[in-house]
Amino acid sequence: MNIAALTANLHVILPEMVLAAFALLVILADMLRQDEEESRLLPLLTLAGILAAMAATAWIWNRPVASYQEGAIADGFALGARTVILVAAGLATLLSMGYLPRINRQMGEYYALVLLATLGMTMMASATDLIVLFLALEIFSLALYILSGYYRKNPRSTEASMKYFLLGAFASSFFVYGAALLYGAAGTTQLREIGNLLASDHGNPNLLWPGIALLLVGFGFKVSLVPFHMWTPDVYQGAPTPVTAFMSAGTKTAAFAAFVRVLMEALPAQQIQWGWALAVLAVLTMTVGNLTALRQLSLKRMLAYSSVANAGYILVALVPGTAQGSKAALFYLLTYAFMNVGALAVVITLEKIDELDALQNRAAGLADRWPLLALAMSIFMLSLSGIPPLAGFFGKFFVFQAAVEGGWTWLAVVGVLNSAISAYYYLRVMVAMYFHEAEEPVQPRRWGGLSLSLALTALATVIIGLYPSLWTGFLSGLGG
Amino acid sequence: MAIDYLPLLILIILAMGFAAIAMGLPAVLGPKLPNKQKYEPYESGIIPFADARRRFPVQYYLVAMLFVVFDIEVIFLYPWAVILNRLGLFALVEMAIFLLILLVGYVYCWKRGALDWGGQVRPGDDVVESQVVESQVEEE
Repeated sequence: MNIAALTANLHVILPEMVLAAFALLVILADMLRQDEEESRLLPLLTLAGILAAMAATAWIWNRPVASYQEGAIADGFALGARTVILVAAGLATLLSMGYLPRINRQMGEYYALVLLATLGMTMMASATDLIVLFLALEIFSLALYILSGYYRKNPRSTEASMKYFLLGAFASSFFVYGAALLYGAAGTTQLREIGNLLASDHGNPNLLWPGIALLLVGFGFKVSLVPFHMWTPDVYQGAPTPVTAFMSAGTKTAAFAAFVRVLMEALPAQQIQWGWALAVLAVLTMTVGNLTALRQLSLKRMLAYSSVANAGYILVALVPGTAQGSKAALFYLLTYAFMNVGALAVVITLEKIDELDALQNRAAGLADRWPLLALAMSIFMLSLSGIPPLAGFFGKFFVFQAAVEGGWTWLAVVGVLNSAISAYYYLRVMVAMYFHEAEEPVQPRRWGGLSLSLALTALATVIIGLYPSLWTGFLSGLGG
Repeated sequence: MAIDYLPLLILIILAMGFAAIAMGLPAVLGPKLPNKQKYEPYESGIIPFADARRRFPVQYYLVAMLFVVFDIEVIFLYPWAVILNRLGLFALVEMAIFLLILLVGYVYCWKRGALDWGGQVRPGDDVVESQVVESQVEEE
């Protein structure tokens, strides 16, 4: 056996190795600690791991594009997606610091699972082989099933975990069946080779088309596209809110990055067909997501449906199948990670711990007594509704620009109309904060990590909005 | 294309035919001398003493799962040991990492009490069953 081939370009998966090592360290540290007090160090160890993985990612960035075992690749797109995932994981860890001790005293597993889920997500973002893709998908899915049920005493949390697990396992089987059929059509599991093969010889259509359709269902579930979105509100609402924040930003980024890679590298020749399928799904996802969000009273459910709608916007960027589109999707995911995690951080400050949720009236009168918190929430809401000069505006701008330049103007128009609908429910939160009287005195909860992540997300949302070129400069698209 | 699968079809027919003959001939020709032993689920082995559908201690499943994990470890170690000479230092390091990961898992199980066979409460396991049931009823 050729050992040199096994170790060649091992640095491609360095961030994953760092994350795995820290996950094991967290478990060991939890087992070896002497008393409860010392478990405060676990989130710090987790943060150290995430920062080390970020440093590893930055280090790879300066090296030529390389592939490890034809299974994972370190190109600009993968590195960008990895960075977004690591940012989401870091913010979620900050949010968990003061939150977790209230819901479950077993902290070692929690942080180890966060690290392992991050590992799966970053792996998925850089996978170039259907098998690696599936493996990564399962790694982070299994970790998230457990994390969403981490508030064990709370039936809602258990329910969320159960629903996510059953539906997620079902979706995974769709995914793996699709991968198997695609393998049957092309005779290889490597995305690029599938692409090369299908470009010249169209494969067995009886295997190819069902394969693509099933893969679409698998990805559609993970990024919560309508009609595969049913689990999203229940799981987002029932999961502990830091997990919701992590899930909404991390899973979306990982699944969309892999989705883009499969479409652009393995199936570019079929763009005419899947372009239309995605366009229909995008219209459905945006419209259903936004219209349902209009009627939500719970902040977390509203953000869950908004997350469905946002998946629709991102999907618009994938439809034309251009490098510009994939770059726009990645940029959108970056902005979404900041503004959505930020919004959920505000929910954490307001929520009642037993309900794992905050109703909209909890935000009433917030501006009078907690002006900074209200300001931060306003930034996130305005950014999510796409009002310039905040990050969300440029996210939407690039997405719709990619659609128009790819020849899908009508789709961009539907997207803009949807964006206008969404402004209603985002701004309603601001109206409550600034113009309504508080019904009951709310004492927001706070701890250092929470304040820090609120400050970071709010600042990033503003800075990305003010200097978008700074960020688009180092993100790169895929293909062409 | 389809003709490639002809051997498969022949095999299926042969297998089914063989099974039918092997089951059918004894049923028609064989002498029938029933006795008590013949109606036991197993003619040899331990005689069942109760129904199989009963409650097991949950630790049984934990231990069973742990067994599978370490069983797989051995399955993985065996071929590795056979060709270790040819794989060299790299394989040694690889396997050391693999075993280290499993070792952490083992320490975890041990410390969390997964290997203790008994009804004790684990750390952090302060859920009272009745409370959970009550709150579920309330929600419904």
